Amino acid sequence: MTDDARSRIDSTVKGNDVVLFMKGTPLFPQCGFSSRAVAILEHLGVEYASVDVLQDQGIRQGIKEYSDWPTIPQLYVKGEFIGGSDIMMEMYESGELSQLLEDQGVATAH
Amino acid sequence: MPMAAEDIETMIRAAIPDAHVEITDLAGDGDHYAARVVSETFRGLPRVRQHQRVYEALGGRMGGVLHALQLTTACP
Repeated sequence: MTDDARSRIDSTVKGNDVVLFMKGTPLFPQCGFSSRAVAILEHLGVEYASVDVLQDQGIRQGIKEYSDWPTIPQLYVKGEFIGGSDIMMEMYESGELSQLLEDQGVATAH
Repeated sequence: MPMAAEDIETMIRAAIPDAHVEITDLAGDGDHYAARVVSETFRGLPRVRQHQRVYEALGGRMGGVLHALQLTTACP
């Protein structure tokens, strides 16, 4: 990945409490997995930033190397990589995701 | 080029020999799968690491020829 992509990813991940790298936007997700990730965050009522990787090839490739994770979406909380949509769903269903957000001091609606 | 379910299972079992692997062809099109992988070697690993071990087993196909693989991992 280019240094430029790495530094942009780094500042996005570290500059937002919750950030989702996804295909498309929360309003118009371009992939079922991204759509699922958005639905989970909306259900939790958490404020989050999103990055549409389809708009930026450097970030689209770079984010896969950044956390050694081959797929998109990717969720980060307070700078930590949490997982993709499968892990998000598992953690959401078990209540771990809202617990994690609470432990990290991120406000949720539920 | 889609991947056959047997190939996915074979690759996972080659890298994680004790793994119990269940593959479901979600759409019947040989391109959208769900996999459940159960292995004793996952014990103590965070979920992200468990998934990464499965992705490593698939040798870079995940996110490429294998677009849609819903993954669940567990310990026996």
